[in-house]
Order: sequence, then structure tokens, then C-alpha cells
Amino acid sequence: MRHLLSVADLGVDGIEEVMRVTDSFVEVSERSIPKVPALRGKTIVSLFYEDSTRTRLSFETAAKRLSADTMNFSVSSSSVKKGESLRDTVLTIEAMGIDAVVVRHASAGVPWQVANWVDAAVINAGDGWHEHPTQALLDCYTIRKEHPARSLAGLHVAIVGDVKHSRVARSDVLAFTLLGARVTLVAPPTLLPPSLEGWPVKVSHDIGGVLPDVDVVYLLRMQKERQTEALLPSLREYTAMYGLTRRRAALLPDDAIVMHPGPMNRGVEIAAEVADLPRSVITRQVANGVAVRMAVLFLMLAANPKEVAVLDG
Amino acid sequence: MADLLIRGGTVVDATGSRVADVLVRGGRIVEVAEGIDVPTGKKARTLDAGGCLVAPGLVDLHAHLRQPGREEAETVETASRAAALGGYTAVVAMPNTDPAIDSAGVVREVLELGRDALCRVAVAGAITVGRNGQRLAPIGEMAALGVRLFTDDGAGVQDGRLMRRALEYASAFPGVRLAQHCEDASLATGGHMHEGEWSSRLGIPGIPAEAEDVMVMRDIALCRLTGAPVHFLHLSTAGSVELVRRAKAAGLAVTAEAAPHHLVLTDAECASYDPVFKVNPPLRSPADVDAVRAGCADGSIDAIATDHAPHELELKEQAFDEAPPGMLGLETALPLALEALGAVGMAPADVLALMSWRPAAIAGLDALGQGGPIAAGAVANLCVVDPDAAWVVDPLRLASLSRNTPYAGRKVIGRSRHTILAGEPVVVDAEAQR
Repeated sequence: MRHLLSVADLGVDGIEEVMRVTDSFVEVSERSIPKVPALRGKTIVSLFYEDSTRTRLSFETAAKRLSADTMNFSVSSSSVKKGESLRDTVLTIEAMGIDAVVVRHASAGVPWQVANWVDAAVINAGDGWHEHPTQALLDCYTIRKEHPARSLAGLHVAIVGDVKHSRVARSDVLAFTLLGARVTLVAPPTLLPPSLEGWPVKVSHDIGGVLPDVDVVYLLRMQKERQTEALLPSLREYTAMYGLTRRRAALLPDDAIVMHPGPMNRGVEIAAEVADLPRSVITRQVANGVAVRMAVLFLMLAANPKEVAVLDG
Repeated sequence: MADLLIRGGTVVDATGSRVADVLVRGGRIVEVAEGIDVPTGKKARTLDAGGCLVAPGLVDLHAHLRQPGREEAETVETASRAAALGGYTAVVAMPNTDPAIDSAGVVREVLELGRDALCRVAVAGAITVGRNGQRLAPIGEMAALGVRLFTDDGAGVQDGRLMRRALEYASAFPGVRLAQHCEDASLATGGHMHEGEWSSRLGIPGIPAEAEDVMVMRDIALCRLTGAPVHFLHLSTAGSVELVRRAKAAGLAVTAEAAPHHLVLTDAECASYDPVFKVNPPLRSPADVDAVRAGCADGSIDAIATDHAPHELELKEQAFDEAPPGMLGLETALPLALEALGAVGMAPADVLALMSWRPAAIAGLDALGQGGPIAAGAVANLCVVDPDAAWVVDPLRLASLSRNTPYAGRKVIGRSRHTILAGEPVVVDAEAQR
């Protein structure tokens, strides 16, 4: 694995490999000293053009547990507009001698551009509305751990909410369907992409009709701005039509789990008490995120990723 | 200036085609005939045109010369060299400069800059002051300086009432025509590529084809209302081509142009996320490309215009949605048009019609010796086109100051071999002479 730009680049085998290695790192994370020397001497830079404390911390924790050196380069887009081009910024950072760059940007495609400019490994930590591959990987891992089926093959996943503006939804659709799940998108038409040509999904506008048939309900964050853009009459109406209320949660099959990429808007897309139900695995997604990102960094940067012995450091 | 003899080509213009040599003296064509001999003792320079088409120089209705204001990206002089190398003997400079070409003073400045250029530089004036879409610019004063096309290009005039008034007001000035960049801002704002399958997949906010269609529809209605001619810039959608086709069938005074990139590239190119493929109107779907080609073939579209839009390298090294739209066009338009329109059955001479005499008439440049005919007495604005010359587009070898061509590395066929501006060979064997 040279770069991780789209989760689709991994293919089924690549995703399975990440899952296997993640198992080992979950074990590492449970040790009293959760640290291995696997990436000692490697330097990983977080290049975040968009605020994202959660994803940045998750990558940073993963890198540190692998004993890599980490650097942070946080840029607000406004300071970039003062002059330095994206390319110059990236080349400047690379000149410092780095092995990998973790890129988050509000614009779709930036990790692809960066990968064309640098020799270092590039990891997409979220690009605009486009993709968020490590989120999809941790979501796959979480489903396999938390759903009794222990596999995505044949599961039915409903992704509910603002699919149009969601990089999580795009990567999840790719990863879930690669692993054999059926996906239904549940959203008002204004919050779906303009075209779903080529997407292996079904669409519904009736959450109540979908819930009794799903194994996983994946809620997306609903942002307040969507009201001002006339995509929704109001957040209140969104909750009334598409929110996972306590009553709707009761429609779920016994084994079904509830997921959310965070941060949650309790009371909007998910009722507070639903978020706290045992079937809600939202905090476990976060915990798995560190192990999955350790697996990704390890597979991309370790001198010999096949050598599991290195984990026993 | 010594006589110039263009020997051995096939002469094509609006009147047809014939094998003939062309003799030029004192900036004008003096003879068009087979086997012209230069009288002994007379000095004459001979340009070989064997296997070539000798045509009136190409005329570009739509080029962004970036001067005044963005001389790092392009100047009138560098753009004119690119134009001459592309076979053009005239370009119309778009008014979205800084300051905008919205007054007699700026018109004079750009005309002055173009005085010694390698092609004739005509100027399009803004319809509204500062291209803000609020107040009419002094159309009459600019028309008095020879301006024939007016447009707020870069943006459409959003206010229907203002556009109506502009059409009515401008109809007082003979030969003046308003040109619209058709894009309804309320539908297009925030978009960075064609809305559809690709934008949905790539997560790039889209611009629906209907943003163009809606304004074409409105301006056809305003053309009917006012009787004033309207020219549609860079049509890119199947819907707008069909609207123009019907408007012409109804006898309305509309004309339209299409850009070479809308004939050869689709929105799938944006999958590279390389902003060099970002342009406005955006690259559309394959069905739109087919429709624009068909519109050229059946006369719905009158002209190929480059929308040459130079941008400094660093501006195209930003994120796709932060980079400005626009791509170079002057040096590559001819082979791309020949390729795309050849594919729908148009002969090279028919393609040249869309690139020379028909746009010359739209811009009023026919009265200034552009667009032919190639006949004794006419001003010698000519290009000698080798329709079989194969070459590879190399951004570093372009004459433009900018490098934002989407065709880097592409093999193209067809090239202007010689370009003659008012009798002066400004390009010989694809090399600029000054």
C-alpha cells in the first residue's frame, strides 16, 4: 500500500488485511504500556487544513503507539489564501524529511493532488464531501466486532441523513458493499447526491419502513447550515421525519446496532437516550479508530509489515 | 515590404475552394490564380503552401488577454503571439480585466496595447459598470471607438430587466451586439464542475446544465421582446444548443459560439482533481459534447471561440474548488476543432468557416478585412493550415505566459503553418517572426 486515498483502492483483500492487523493492535492497546517500536525513526506529519480534533488525535495516538515521531501542521484556509500555494506548503513539509503525511482538507481531491507532488506516503484523513477511508475501515471493523454476524456479508446497513455532503457516507458505501453488505440510503432528496448512477445502493425516504429490516443503522451528522441553504425546512422537521427517536429505535431487530461517526447532535439525528442504549456502539467506533489507524500506518510504513514479531517489542 | 507569394495551396473562403497561389503586395491581396510567377527583377518572398489550405485568418470571438491587471498571467502582446501561432489574425479581448473594460478610457488603453500586436486586437466592452450587473456601462461611448460586442463575460447579467434595457439601449448603435455568459447564479453559485454522475462521486459541488439553459431561455425571450441581436457565449449543454436551434428556426436574431474544450473533453476529466480541467462553463457530459458538436455541424452554433483563459501556475496548484476556472485555447483550438468536428463529418473548410468568416461577421470584423474573402483588393489577413501536421502539445513550448493547457502531452493533428497579418508574415513554418 503506497498511499491510502480511497478506501476502494484497498479492495476486499486490502480491507481484510487491515482488519487482521487491527486485531493485533487492539491487543496492543489493551496492554499496560500500549506501545510498540514498529515505526521507530519514522516521521508522520498531520497536515490539517480543516479543524478536526478527533481525527487528528486519533492519528496522533496511533502514530505514538507505534513509536513514530509526529508533527502537526495545522493551517486555516485563510492563512493559505495569504499566499503560499497548496503545492508549496506540501513541498516545504516534505523537505523536512518525512515518511508519511496525513491530509485533511475541506476540498475534495486534495490528497490526490498531494500524492502527485510528494514521495512520502499520503493518507487521506477526509477530503471535502468526498472520502474518509480510515473512518470506513474503523466502521467495518466495528461492525465485525459488534454485530453477532461477525461479518458484513449479507448484512443490511441503512445510512441515514446528509449523504450529499458526507465523505463518511461515500467511503462507507464503497467499503460496506465491497465486503458484501446491502446499503440503503435514507435521506430527504435534497440531501442525496444529485446522481446515484453507479452507486450499488437503494434509496428510501421512509426511515420507519427501513428500520425493521436493518442490521446496522448508521446516522450521519446533521449540520445547522442545511436549513439556511433551503435543503431542509428546519432541524425540527428533520428530526420528525428522519431522526432516530426512541420510538423508531424500538423498530430495530434485536441484534441491530446503531453507529455514528461523531460528533453527535443529540436530539437532532439521534435521541439522547438512543445514543446511550447498549446497541449503540459509537464510543467503540472511536476506540477502534486508533487501532485501525495503527494498522494502516504500520502496513504503509513498517520495513517489513509481514513480520508480526515486531509487535512484541 | 517585399511582395509575398503563397504558393501551391488550396484557397478556401466563404465563396468556396480552388487551387491557387496568392500574391500579396503592400498588405493587400493583388492576385489569386494558379501558377503565379513573380516577374524577374521583382523581390518576392515565397511561402510554401503545398498540401495546405490557404484561408482567411482565424478570428477568435472570445479571449481573455488579462491586460490590464493580470500581466503575470498574460499580456496583449503574449496572447497575440499565441493567437498568431494558432492561426488567428484577430481576437476579441474580453472585458473582465482589472479594471474592467467598461469605459472609453480602458477601451483606448487595450486598443493601444494591441496596436503593434501579432494579430488585430478588438475589444469587447462590459454591459454594466464594473461588470457588477447593476448599472449600464457607457455603451455608446465605447461603440464610438469601434466596440461591437458587449458582455459581462465571467458572469451573466442576472437581472432580466437590466438585460432587457441593455438590449433596447444598445439597439441604437449599428452593428452592436450583446453577448451573454449564460449562467443563472442562483442555480450555479457554489458549483465547481458539471453536476451529475461524476460530481456526485467525486464530492465536488456541481453546476447543473440547467443553470445555462435557464438564461439562454430568458435571453431568447428578451431577443424576441426587443428585436435586438443576442450572441450566446460558450454554449456547453444539449439543452441550450436545442434552444438556440429552435430560436433560429423561429427567425430570431441569435448567434452562438462553442469552445474547443466543450467539443473534446468531458466531466470525467475532473476525476484527476487537476484544476487544469476546471473551466466555466464546466466540462459537461458526453451527451452534451455530442450535442455541441451536432450544433456546430447543423449551423445552430455559428462559431468556435477559444475562451482562452490564462492563469498563473500557482493559482492552478490549489485545491480544485479553490482554483479559478479557465484554460488556454488559442494555440490548440484549430487541431481540436478539426478533430472533433471532423468526427461528425465536417470538412476542414466547414470548420474554418466557424473559426474565421462567420465569427468575423458576428464581431463586425469583416468590415475591417478579417474573415476574407481571399480576392484581389482584400486585406491580406491569412492563415495557411496544414491539416495533416501532427504535433504534441507541450505546455512549456506555448507562447502564452501561462501553462494551464488541459492538453499537455496530447497528440493533435492540424496546425497553422503560416499566419499573415495585413501582408506581414508574422508566423512562418509555425515560428513567430517577432
